[in-house]
Amino acid sequence: MGTAVIVLASLYLLQRLLMPKYAADVVEGALIAEYYGEEKDHDVVFIGDCEVYENFSPAVLWQDYGINSYIRGSAQQLIWQSYYLLKDTLRYEKPQVVIFNVLAMQYNEPQREAYNRMTLEGMRWSRDKADAIRASMTEEEHFLDYVFPLLRYHSRWSELGAEDVEYMFHSPQISHNGYYMRVDVKPAENVPEGRILADYRFGENAWAYLDRITALCRENDIRLILVKAPSLYPYWYDQWEEQIEGYAAENDLLYINFLELVEETGLDFTTDTYDAGLHLNLSGAEKITGYLGEVLRQEAGLKDRRAEEHLARVWDGKIEAYEQEKERQYANTALDDSK
Amino acid sequence: MLFTSYAFLGFMAILFLLYYLIPGRFQWELLLAASYLFYFIAGPSWLLYILATTVTTYYAARRIEKTGQQQKAYIKVHREQLSKEEKKAYKDKMKTRQWRWLLACLFLNLGILAVVKYTNFAISNVNGLLRAVGSARQFGFWDIALPMGISFYTFQALGYLIDVYRGTVEAEKNLFKLALFVSFFPQLIQGPISRFGDLAQSLYAEHVFDAEKFCYGLERILWGYFKKLVIADRILTGVNAIIRDTGTYRGAYVFVGMMFYALELYADFTGGIDITIGIAQALGIGVKENFRRPYFSKSVKEYWRRWHITMGTWFTDYIFYPISVCKPMLKLSKLARARLGENIGKRIPIYLSSFAVWLATGIWHGASWNFVVWGLGNWVVLMASQELEPLYARLHGRFDVQGRGWYKLFQVLRTILVMSCLRTFDCYRDVPLTFRMFGTLFTEHNWHILWDGSLMGIGLSAVDYGVLLAGLVLLVAVSLLQRSGSVRDRIAAKPYPVRFLLWYGLFLAVLLAGAYGIGYDASQFIYNQF
Repeated sequence: MGTAVIVLASLYLLQRLLMPKYAADVVEGALIAEYYGEEKDHDVVFIGDCEVYENFSPAVLWQDYGINSYIRGSAQQLIWQSYYLLKDTLRYEKPQVVIFNVLAMQYNEPQREAYNRMTLEGMRWSRDKADAIRASMTEEEHFLDYVFPLLRYHSRWSELGAEDVEYMFHSPQISHNGYYMRVDVKPAENVPEGRILADYRFGENAWAYLDRITALCRENDIRLILVKAPSLYPYWYDQWEEQIEGYAAENDLLYINFLELVEETGLDFTTDTYDAGLHLNLSGAEKITGYLGEVLRQEAGLKDRRAEEHLARVWDGKIEAYEQEKERQYANTALDDSK
Repeated sequence: MLFTSYAFLGFMAILFLLYYLIPGRFQWELLLAASYLFYFIAGPSWLLYILATTVTTYYAARRIEKTGQQQKAYIKVHREQLSKEEKKAYKDKMKTRQWRWLLACLFLNLGILAVVKYTNFAISNVNGLLRAVGSARQFGFWDIALPMGISFYTFQALGYLIDVYRGTVEAEKNLFKLALFVSFFPQLIQGPISRFGDLAQSLYAEHVFDAEKFCYGLERILWGYFKKLVIADRILTGVNAIIRDTGTYRGAYVFVGMMFYALELYADFTGGIDITIGIAQALGIGVKENFRRPYFSKSVKEYWRRWHITMGTWFTDYIFYPISVCKPMLKLSKLARARLGENIGKRIPIYLSSFAVWLATGIWHGASWNFVVWGLGNWVVLMASQELEPLYARLHGRFDVQGRGWYKLFQVLRTILVMSCLRTFDCYRDVPLTFRMFGTLFTEHNWHILWDGSLMGIGLSAVDYGVLLAGLVLLVAVSLLQRSGSVRDRIAAKPYPVRFLLWYGLFLAVLLAGAYGIGYDASQFIYNQF
């Protein structure tokens, strides 16, 4: 008995030590897990890939519209992962609106293990997580490696750093309600044209999961809104746009393509992106979130909840952290510029 | 289902549990079901091959035995009526009948092996000949997958058949029991090639759970995984880099590749055998050892007595001896003694029989010329060593070096080097290329790569080298300890905390330093392909 305890405890500690902490360089892997520490009373939940967690700021929705929102997004989050994350979210709360970013429709099959890990490891264990893993695994992956991540990260001992010890049992807060803030600027110049594709039709699997998301929202009386964030790259083809427009019309869904709203939102790709058009920086995210907030107020009829005392108190703390992070990053950027 | 897959570990865990939960009389049946399931998962269509070998061997062995019994019964009943000549004629007739059954079964099963394993080799040679004579005609290759372990189970089944023919074992009356002997799954992948007389009783017997034996089995399995995952699969990256880029990795790199491959092959093959023997031991079944610290051999001859022992003894018992004492060989020997003198005449049967053995060994290892050349290379070295023995004896007498530590070490290193040189045919798998690459050892003067950091460029990092060095030290230490008795017995004699630390340490070494999972190109066991 004592032996078993020693073995299990030491294996657990090893696993905690060896698992990536996503606290410094690649922080995107930390986003999904942060949701579970939240109070679950959101009006709006975003689901999608980097085009949601880098392009929309829930802090703006709260400050300007009193909308309580959260982003459940991670890097290259595939549509079936979004579906299972939505199901997972519905175990805790029932938002009035779900916003799904449609770029993920481009992928019809599992892509890369590293991105799978960043999305799936943060999910709490449930049947939805198991289904998400099974739907996402590439050929080289094993389900057991998700159950016992030590098997996957067994060789990380040779690259352990101070953060692996520091964050063995707790993680630093990375996002602001799922939003990953970047304030630096890298203007979009020479944005590449999309390469010619052999087939512009979205795949059957992707459509099936979009149908499942739509059905799930309907069953739960949730308003589903489809969006295409204004990222210039990966390229959004006209043929893709037509298909999404068709689907939205067919299913009576609101679809907003922010690429077509550059003027209305006031986006300026010389100042509002930090990586030459792939993602927006804080300035860009705040602009399009402002536009979205208006849509949510008018189209979805979301109420201003700033008068709710408890929620306002929660958000006060969040806004403080948001502003501090903003200041810290601006200070760092200024420092970098001065070098 | 690879030994190194999670599925296999799960399979084993369930089997161990069921094996000791069910009544003992059903244990062998469970093993048969598990073995066929294992084979079915590997390739459903391959079951036909193993079934064909099992059924034909069973039937032929039974016919051979029945013929023998018939002969004995007939002679017993008619002892008084038959003259000596009539008895002899009757015995000869029955022996011929047994011989025909044996031959038919041998031809059929070796035929299956030859067809599936060597057809494409034959076609490529025919195509080469056609090209050489200027013909544009070329034959297409046969798209067929080599059934897993076919060389191993075919040899094991035929060994049993020959033993029945020789009367050293009785034919198995139960087809299903014989099926288990042929298909016993831990051995299917890479041997050892067991003899019916050694394995059968233990395989069919009832086994009660013995914690000590079970623990010994698990220790052996763990040690096998250590060799395979920590050493063999880690060094594989470096070996592959050197072998695959023959334009870049020449000269001293060839030497490094040879040495790395020697370590990889040893760790891979003995690791697999450790897992096999460990599984059998945990099930209460005794499987013969296949290695006895071969890299401590002081001569090539000794090396081959200690490396892949069951294959060596199989070839000796079923090829070398039958050929060396067959009538044509005896006649030839007699003739040679008369014409060429006693000295040469007595050597001829040995030379020719061992030539046949090494040709067969080479071909058995793979359907390509590099294996043939490798096999015959071993034959040349062995024969040369034998011929040079008097010279060595004189030198040893003159310089008094025999038994000295440094000389033993020299002999060991010399053997490793000779065997590694021969194995370059196995590495490059192309005879002219092997000779060219071997030649670069003497033409490219780049020995500085051994110490100038160039070896970091073959896909192995400083961490990899550190792990490999630690693994090698542990391998050598365990081998040295084994010379004076069982290491597991020594561990068993230690207090529990020490035993626990050793087991858990080894487990953690496999878990943390094993080259498995994403990011590692974990290989199949090298001997799977034979």
